[in-house]
Formats: sequence, C-alpha cells, structure tokens
Amino acid sequence: MAKFVGKSFKRVEDPRFLQGQGKYVSNLQRPGMAYVAIARSPHAHADIKGIDASAALELDGVVAVFTGQDLIDGGVGQLPCGWVVPDCKIPERWPVVPDRARHVGDAVAVVVADNPYVAEDALELIEVDYEPLPVSMGARATTEYRAQQIHSEIPNNTAYSWALGDEDGMRRAFVEAAHVVELDLINQRLIPNAMEPRACMAEWDDTMEEMTVWTTSQNPHPIRLLLSGFTLGIPENKLRVISPDVGGGFGSKIFHYPEEIIVPWVARAINRPAKWVATRSESFMTDSQGRDHVTNVRMAMDATGTITGLHVQTWADQGAYLSTFAPLIPTALSITLFSGLYKIPGIWGEMKGTLTNTVPVDAYRGAGRPEASYLLERIVEKGAQKMGMDPIAFRRHNLIPADEFPYQTPVAFQYDSGNYQGLFDKLEEISGYGDLREEQKSKRAEGKLWGVGVSGCIEASGPAPSAVAGSLGSAVGFWESGTVRVHPTGKVTALTGSHAHGQGHETTFAQILADELNIPLEDIEVVHGDTGRVPFGMGTYGSRSAAVGGSALVRSATRVREKMTKIAAHQMESRPEDVYFDDETGNIRVQGATDEGMSFFEVALAAYTAHDLPPDIEPGLEETAFFDPSNFTFPNSAHIAVVSIDRETGEVTLEKYFGVDDVGKVINPMIVDGQLVGGVAQGVGQALWEHGIYGEDGQLLTGSMMDYAMPRADRFPQIETDRIETPSPTNPLGVKGAGEMGTIAATVTVANAVVDALAPLGVDHVEMPFTAERIWQTIQAHS
Amino acid sequence: MGVSISLNINGEARSLDNVEPRLLLVDLIREELGLTGTNIGCDTSQCGACTVHMDGLAVKSCTVLAVQADGSDVVTIEGMAEDGQLTAMQQAFWDEHGLQCGYCTPGMIMAGVKLVEGNPDISDEEIRHGLEGNICRCTGYQNIVKAMKVAAQAAA
Repeated sequence: MAKFVGKSFKRVEDPRFLQGQGKYVSNLQRPGMAYVAIARSPHAHADIKGIDASAALELDGVVAVFTGQDLIDGGVGQLPCGWVVPDCKIPERWPVVPDRARHVGDAVAVVVADNPYVAEDALELIEVDYEPLPVSMGARATTEYRAQQIHSEIPNNTAYSWALGDEDGMRRAFVEAAHVVELDLINQRLIPNAMEPRACMAEWDDTMEEMTVWTTSQNPHPIRLLLSGFTLGIPENKLRVISPDVGGGFGSKIFHYPEEIIVPWVARAINRPAKWVATRSESFMTDSQGRDHVTNVRMAMDATGTITGLHVQTWADQGAYLSTFAPLIPTALSITLFSGLYKIPGIWGEMKGTLTNTVPVDAYRGAGRPEASYLLERIVEKGAQKMGMDPIAFRRHNLIPADEFPYQTPVAFQYDSGNYQGLFDKLEEISGYGDLREEQKSKRAEGKLWGVGVSGCIEASGPAPSAVAGSLGSAVGFWESGTVRVHPTGKVTALTGSHAHGQGHETTFAQILADELNIPLEDIEVVHGDTGRVPFGMGTYGSRSAAVGGSALVRSATRVREKMTKIAAHQMESRPEDVYFDDETGNIRVQGATDEGMSFFEVALAAYTAHDLPPDIEPGLEETAFFDPSNFTFPNSAHIAVVSIDRETGEVTLEKYFGVDDVGKVINPMIVDGQLVGGVAQGVGQALWEHGIYGEDGQLLTGSMMDYAMPRADRFPQIETDRIETPSPTNPLGVKGAGEMGTIAATVTVANAVVDALAPLGVDHVEMPFTAERIWQTIQAHS
Repeated sequence: MGVSISLNINGEARSLDNVEPRLLLVDLIREELGLTGTNIGCDTSQCGACTVHMDGLAVKSCTVLAVQADGSDVVTIEGMAEDGQLTAMQQAFWDEHGLQCGYCTPGMIMAGVKLVEGNPDISDEEIRHGLEGNICRCTGYQNIVKAMKVAAQAAA
C-alpha cells in the first residue's frame, strides 16, 4: 500500500527556504545578546608567551576578553576523541589553547563585545607574544626521525597504526601472481565548505541553571552528550542543544568544535546570551578538513586477469589533533571497502594515522570510502591496462556474481545485496559505451586528447550495528530513535534523532509514515534537531538517515498501528485480526463489514478519551522505538566520465557524465537523484579543482574562496543518472544510503578519464587535482 | 560617527540614523532591518549568497556599503512573494528541486530573476555562465539550471 513511498513529492521544507525564512543559527537573536569573536594563531606552531588584552578591554563596547587558561580555570574540559582504535594515542586538545598553538587558526583568546564590528576591532588590539616553533608537515614525512614533535606524548607524530585483512593470503597472492601492478598516489586535502559557516549561540538561565545552545550541527544529541560529560560540565537534564535549519554539512558539522564550548561558557560567565558566527576565513582554518592520504597500492593478478591480491599502505594525515571521529575514517570506513565490487581473496591494508601542524582532518562526504574507491579503482584501471583488456570487461571479469550475496569479504564486511553485472549492463546502455570508444578512436586519430573513464564502486552506509562499532573503537552506539505521536485530533508529530541539513527528511520521513499510518502527507510533521523535543538520536552522517532513522520510525508506526487496531477492534466489537487500515477510505474497518468503520481521528480520540479501551491498553497514542541495524547497507555504482584535454593549455573539460547507482529501494526519486547529482559534482570537484594547500611553514595558502576552487555551474555538463534496485535485506524499508555514492564514485571516474585521455602520451598516473598547469606540465614531460 | 541614510526596502521607505560608514549593506539588512533571508556565505564576494536587488540590478550586498545604498531601492528575498504567492522563480525552484540545504537559495533566486529577465529562451549555457558568481555546494547546479529555464519561460 505504498501510496507515498517511491514517488517524487515536492519538499515540504522548501517554502520557508524559498522565502528567506530559514531558521539558521546565524539568523537567531536573543535579547541583550553579546557577540563573540576569537583570536586565532597566525602561526602553525608556536608557544604562547603572554597575552596582553588591556588595549582591547579599553575599547568602547568590549565586554570581556578570556584566555585559554581562563576557560580551564572556569572548568572546561578537553575535546575528546570518540573513536579510539587499539593503542591510539590521543593528543591533548583544549577549546582555547593555553600555552601552544598547533595549527593556523587554533583559538588563542576570546573577545566578547556588544556588537560584532567592535568584537572584530578588539581582536586587532589583542597582543599575543608568540614564539614560533618549527613545523611538521606531510602525512608521511611527519613520521620521519628528524621531524618536529607536535605533541610530546606522541612519538613520531604517529597517533595509531591499524591493519586489517589476510596478510598471509596477500603474500601468497603476490608470490603466485602472473602480473603485478603498483601505484603511488595521493588523495589530496580537501576543505568541505558547506555554504553556511558554522555558528553557535547560547543562553543561560541563571535562575533555573539551564543552558540552551543553538549550534550548526548534524547531530545535536551527541553534542549535548559531549558538552555535558566532557567539555562544559552542565548536566544533560539542564542542557538543551538545538540545531535548527543547518545549511549543509557534508560531514564537517558532525564534530564537537571548540566554539560549542566557548560560547555557552561565555554566556554563563557574563550571564548574557552570546553568539559567534564564523567568517568564511575561520571556516577554512577551523572546520575539520577531508582526505589527505598518501598511499602505495599493489595488486596481484593471475594470467587471465583475475585479481588475486591487494596490498595497501597508507599514511593518513589527521592534522594537529584527533577530531571527534578522525581515527574511524581511514580505518573501519576505508580498509573495510578494499574489496570493492570484486572477489579478491588476499587483501591486506595497513594504515598509519599521523599528526601535522594543520587543521584536523575528519569525515568529509564519503569519509574513507572515496579514499578506498580511489586507490582501488585506480589500480584496477592499471590492471586492465596491463592485461590489455577493456576496463569494463576487466571489471566484469572480477565482479562478485549476483547469486553470491550475502558476500563475505576478507576485510570484515558482509555485503547485503547487489547485481553488479546489472549495473554495468545499464551503464553501457545509457552511456552508449561502444559508441564512446568509437568516438575516442576518431578523436585520437585527429590528435585530440579525449578520455573515457570507468569506475565501479562500493559504499558501506547506514552506520552501524552498535556492537560492531564498539568492537572497532567507537565510544558510542549507532542506533536511531523515532517517536510517532498521534494527537487526539489525528494529526501526527514524528520525532527523529536523524538530522536534515539538505536531505529533505521532513518530506521523505513523512512519506514513510503516511504509508505506514494510512493518512495524508500533510497530517504529519517531522521534528528533528532539538534535544528538548526529540528523546535521543545519533544524527546524520554516513548516509544513515533513511536506513536507520527511517527504520526506527517504521517500527514506532507499526506499534501505533497495532495499538489502534486493538482499540478499533474493541470499539467495533470485533477481533483485532479482522481489523484493517483501508487504503481507499482511510478508515479503520472490519473485514467483511458493510459499515464505514472508524476514521483514524476517531480511533486516536478514543485512545485519549479512554472511555472505552480494552483492559490491557493504556490511554494515549505515542510510541518510541530504537532501531539498531543488523548490518551496514552497501550501495554500489558504475560510472563513466568523458573528458577532453586542450593540448596547448592543459585545460580539462568534463564533456559527459553517466552514473548508474543501486541505492536499494527509493523513497523519493527526485530527492535521491538530487543527492546523486550533487554528490557527483562534489566528487568531480576533488578530481578537477579542489585542493587545500599548506605552505612548508604550515600556512594555509588556500584560505578563502578566492584561492580554493569551488565547483561552479559553468564547469559541468548535464549529469545523466539512472538506477537499478536491489533492496537491502537489513532494514524494513529495503533502502541503502544515497547521500555519498556520487562523491565516492565521481572522483576516481574522472581521474580514470583524465589518465585515459593522456594514455597515448605514455601517462599512467597523474595526481589530483587536474589543474590546467599540472596537466600542461604532464604533457610537456611526456612529449 | 554615524550618518543618516534613507532607502526603500521591499517597497517600504526606511530612514536610519547613526549608520557607521563601514557598515556593509548585508549587515544593515540582516542586523538593523532584521531581514535575515539574505545570507552571508564567503565574505569575499565569491559565493553570491547575499545577492539582493539594488535599483534593479543584482548586487552582492557584502560588497556594498550601507551608505552607498542611500536613496536606493533595495529588494531582498523577503520582498519577492506577495501574500504567500511565490514568484515564478521561487515556484520553479520548488517544482524542480533546485535547493537542498537552502542556504544559497535566496541569493540564487535573486540572481536568477535578473539573469533570465527579458530572455525567455535562455540556454543552459547562458544560465551556467551567468551563475559563475553563485556557489551551491549541494545540488551540482543541475536542478538550479532547470528551474531558471522554467522560470524564464513562465515569466515571459
């Protein structure tokens, strides 16, 4: 009775955004509010010898200046790391550093003023006596013997080492291999740049001793937990965290940030509401960044081109501190995907998490999985070349067959469902693959550089079975909660611990519930992002919301239906098993009866009047369920990119893009397509333009949107997407994640296209991003 | 040391005293006039989130001083829909799923209205080129382009 699921309903959240009524944190005001600005280190590594705030304090309108020591004396705690792999060394991390700055942008002092312009003026007047120190840079170089030590308690700047797979099997594969291919590659540093800069506002109620914090977070409940238990010390029952409309996250708004501690601490210290809004420059210097892996990968094949072994060694730059989930990304979210879409018996992945004098690195759209797909699909491409096989034929030769699911990989994960040959069937069809290769031949005959890039990618989404997460290092569980509250009038409020910041849950979750409860879409309001209203939740990341959050709501709706069935049966003097929710009338009726039955409203009202309930039924009509998934879901994709390269300038143009994805059952095709296309654009961004660059001295050279190349509209062709659907058996909706697949696939697809375009020159690898300069240099070096 | 300015904002005449000469138009709109639909995204006039109409032109209000708007007609996103009736551009963004997180949307709509004005048959290429100054991180622009094409036709 899916009247709603599977259909493209327009989004119910849109009218407020379209009319400028979005409730973003920076738009909120409280009476008497003060403004917080933060003095930040201009040095990548420096001792702080003293801070003189006297001139700032004399400025009219300045309320207070606080140092790191003031906050420590005022009871703040260190920012904890929420994912600890074995033997992981966690560096000290204070919200405002008391004695040493370890990256450009580290918070050094806090200014509070009556207006934001005065707060900025005061920053200029704060005198900080810095003693610069040597820096340590580079994911691998930072581990070298002579490298500057960043944290005295962490030797060789190496926070952890982690490995997974079958080392013996891998060695055997290489000993017995007929062919071996190898690549050194860099997955460059990225800067997330959600369009809404982070912001935080706080209000302290001195009488009630209650704190309300508004913050741009993808997961307000875990932020409350961390604030309460670790950093701010206000009990959870006296602390409310609200993340209203949030303007994009892409992972960067998962983490617990210093400003979420500083602002409420200030609000309580001055007993006045306070607000901080990041400048874009601060976003560049303080939002956790993405990727930055240095990798060596080798792949073993037998004489027929069957992949038999894979060995990966990676150095993952984690920046100056371990951000909230940093150690998770290169380990349990990356090595676990090294099998890709293929049967590979011997896989061994080794990972070192290293520290440098840079902004911390954590999850960024895809989070570990784009790093896995990049190295795997680059080496697979090289394998196809080595075997002289067409890239699709080579992949097809190695795919996991559709009849082998669930499929256990040698790197921990068990894939839920898939039809990987079917992906490539559809991809060849929609892209006209044969014709593309013909076109390439004629372009090459004309001397043009024209490449067709192919990829087949896997993702693990919908984290995660809590017990599995715990065994891999997580400090938290990854279930989700969902509450369905049917009001006496029959209207429904649904509370979800998932958070939407562009994904459209207010629409898709309502679609799910409209089907489950057999009521109109407009009778359901979905509430999220407020710890004062939603019991608990783990938030949104890892493409988990539909699979985990949606499933929790299905479960609570099922319980509501069961209760309504019992009440209706009692009132209509029939047996519960004879009562059904009638699609046509929307009523709750008795099988075979000729009357109209009871309306949804009548049954809801009966639950609240409680005049005539079955003896074992409590009054009221509200159910809460917690859904802990039995497994991840495993979305998968096959993509093609076509690029042309201008020989004279090195300019790369993305000519065509095709993507076929299996994201399981689809709740709202319009929204899913939007996620996939947007994801592709972000992945293309990494391949062609984006690069967070630091100088040798640790200065962030790409510190604004004038220096960091954001993808723009005129650089894209129409992106063609299609889907196949193999439902996931691990959740009641059959869904898999849709938010990250595009990004995971697109970067390496474009990379393979660029290398394919340059192949006639003898090029077999180029590092990203493929800027005109880099490609021009490559062409010169091979001419 | 403030100055007095007068401007017409969304059709309403407003006079403000003691406006700091350095105050940006976007801060005047957001903080003094309380119209927070105009967002700030980048501070360096790259992203276009703060786009408003000033005397009939789309301008980035983070790059205009409030005092420069003295005597001007300024329209923000709040001045688009009348009595809850969405304009063609707003409606097309809704119909074509031209927004996700919504943060760049007011700027996109204000830029889009001026981009398609008088050009009902505007091409994809013209729209994409015209949007170089507006950044969206969510959509990959595809549905924004589609929405603007639809709106161009509808407005004609």
